[in-house]
Amino acid sequence: MPLIKIEKVTKIYRFGEQELKVLEDVSVEIEKGEFLCIMGPSGSGKSTFMNILGCLDTPTSGRYYLDSIDVSTFGANELAEIRNKKIGFVFQQFNLLPRATAVENVELPLIYAGVPYKERRERAKDMLAQVGLAERVNHYPKQLSGGQQQRVAIARALVNSPSIILADEPTGNLDSKSSLEIMEIFKRLNEEQGLTTIIVTHEPDIASFGRRQIRFLDGKIVCDSAVCTMEEKK
Amino acid sequence: MISISSIINIALRSLIVNKMRTFLAILGIIIGVGAVVTMVAVGSGASKKISQQIASIGSNLILILPGATTQGGLRMGHGTQQTLTFSDAEAIAKECPAVVSVAPVISGTAQVVFGNQNWSTGIMGTTPDMVIVREWEVVSGRFINEQDVRSGTKVAVIGQTVAEKLFGELEPIGKVIRIKKIPFEVVGLLEKKGQTFTGQDQDDIIYVPISTAQRTLFGQTLPGRVRLIYAKAADLESIQQATEQIRTLLRQRHRIGPNQEDDFTVMDLTQMLKAAEESTKTMSILLGAIASVSLLVGGIGIMNIMLVSVTERTREIGIRMAVGAKPKDIRMQFLIEALFLTTIGGLFGLLLGIAGSLIVSSIMQWPISISVFSALIAFVFSAFVGVFFGFYPAYKASILNPIEALRYE
Repeated sequence: MPLIKIEKVTKIYRFGEQELKVLEDVSVEIEKGEFLCIMGPSGSGKSTFMNILGCLDTPTSGRYYLDSIDVSTFGANELAEIRNKKIGFVFQQFNLLPRATAVENVELPLIYAGVPYKERRERAKDMLAQVGLAERVNHYPKQLSGGQQQRVAIARALVNSPSIILADEPTGNLDSKSSLEIMEIFKRLNEEQGLTTIIVTHEPDIASFGRRQIRFLDGKIVCDSAVCTMEEKK
Repeated sequence: MISISSIINIALRSLIVNKMRTFLAILGIIIGVGAVVTMVAVGSGASKKISQQIASIGSNLILILPGATTQGGLRMGHGTQQTLTFSDAEAIAKECPAVVSVAPVISGTAQVVFGNQNWSTGIMGTTPDMVIVREWEVVSGRFINEQDVRSGTKVAVIGQTVAEKLFGELEPIGKVIRIKKIPFEVVGLLEKKGQTFTGQDQDDIIYVPISTAQRTLFGQTLPGRVRLIYAKAADLESIQQATEQIRTLLRQRHRIGPNQEDDFTVMDLTQMLKAAEESTKTMSILLGAIASVSLLVGGIGIMNIMLVSVTERTREIGIRMAVGAKPKDIRMQFLIEALFLTTIGGLFGLLLGIAGSLIVSSIMQWPISISVFSALIAFVFSAFVGVFFGFYPAYKASILNPIEALRYE
C-alpha cells in the first residue's frame, strides 16, 4: 500500500444555500520517498487538497489513507495527533512564533508530543544544525533573514520525524537566491533521508525540482506526470 | 501527552510579553478580592465588637425600672416614682423560676475623696449577687457580702476608672475613701469592663452594700425603695419567660388591675443587643455582596482581556494546532493564563484587603478580625473567577479552525 492513498475525495463548502465544490472525485497515490510538486491557478483546489493531505481538513466524501490508516473520518484530536507525528508543515509566511527563539520554535511539535525538556532542546538544536543554523539557536525570528526563517520552519517541520513534509509555496516570500537554498535543502532531505516531500508552487523553476508534478484545475487533477506544462492558464 | 509544566510555561510567557495589559487585568481582581476581604473583616469586626458589648453588660440581663407616673394628666418618665422595693427584688429571686439571680440597686452620684484626690462618680448600693448578674470579676480583694448587707458596713468596691483617678499607682485595697465625707474602706477592685454600647464608662463606679447606701448615703423619704433591679435569666431562651414571670409577679405585688398600666418597665438588654448584632450581620452580608460585585466586574475584565488575547493570537493558535496542539491543549493554555491572572490578583488583593481591614479597624477601634477562612474563601473564589471567566475565551480559542487561524492576519 502506498504511503498516501486518496480515493474519490470530494470537498464541498456550503455558504448558506450555495454550494461550492472545491474538489471533485480526486484520486491519487503517493509512494514513500516521492518528491512531488502540486501546481494550479488559485481557486483550482490545490490548497484544499494540501489541507486535506496535511490533516488540517477532512473530505466531504471519499477516503484518505495515510500509512494505511483511514484518517478521513478523524476528529479534531486525532487529526492533531496525526499532524504532530506524521506531518511537517512549511508555510509561505514561515509562521514562526515571533516571541519565541529559533530553538523554541523548532521544539514546538515536541512540546505537544510530550517530549521532556532536555531531550526536545537537544533534538531541536540538532535539527537547526542540519539546516545550517547552529549559530542562530537563540535568535528571534525578526533577527533572521527570510531564508533563515524558512530554514527554522523546515527544522520545526522535521523535528518530530514526520512521514511527509508539506510545503505550501515555501519560496513565495523569498528572493531567488534564498529560494534556491531552500529548495536545495528539500532536495537533499529527499535524496539522503528518503523524506516524502510535497510542495505547492506556481513557479516552474521550483516545480522543476519535483520528480513528479500534479496539476489542478477546477477541483480536478488535469495532469499527473514527470513534467506538466505550465501554459494551461484559465 | 503534553506536560502541565510546558503548558504553564507557555501561559506565563505570553503574560510576561504584555506586562501592562496583564497588570490592568489583574488590577480588577486585586480590587475585587481586596474589597471582599476588607468588607468581610469590617463586618465581622463590627459584630465582634457588639458581642464584646453583650458580654460586658452581662449575658441574659433583664433590667427592671420603676414606672412612669401620671400626675394630674402629666405623664412623667421612667423612675419618677419609686415603685420598686427591696422586697420586690427578693420576691423576684424567690418566685420567678426563670430568674437565676437578682440585684437591686440604689444609686446616686457623689464626690469621693482620697488624700488630696477627689472624683465625682456613680455610687451604687447593691447586694452580693450583682457580680453574678453582671458577670463581673473582682480582680483583687472581695465583693460586698451578705454580712455587709445585713450590718450595713461601710465598705466599697471600686471600678478601674475610680481606682485610677483616686489612687493612681497605689494599691487601693485597705485604703479608706470618703464618700459624702463618710469614710469607707475599699475592700475590692473590679476588673475592667470598658464602655457600654451607648458609650458610658462602666468602670467609673463604686459599689457599696445596699443597706449602707440606703441609711447613710442616700437617705430616702420612702425606705426600702430601690432605683432599679437587675435580674439574670438562666439562658437566652428563658429571657422571654423570665420577663413574663417578673411582670406577672410585680403586677400582683403592686396590685395593678387588669386594665391598668404597669407601674414599672421590664427591659431585655440582651435582646436589644442581639437585634443590633443581627442587623450588623445583615449589614456585613450586604457589604460582602457589594464587594463581590466588584470581584465579578474584575472577572469580566479578565474575560475581556482573554477574548482580546485570543483574537490577537489567532495565528499563534493556528501554528500550534498545525504542529499538533489538540483543542484541549489550547484550552488549557488559555485557561491557565486566566487562572494565573486571577490567582496573582487574588494574592495581591488579599494583601490589600488585610491592609484595608487594619486601617478600618484602627480608625473605628474595632477588634481586628481577618479570618483565615475569609481570606481562603476570597482566594479560592478568585481562582474560581479565573476558571469561570477564562473558560469561554479558552473554549473559543480551542474550537478555531486551524486553516482559518493560519490565514488570519
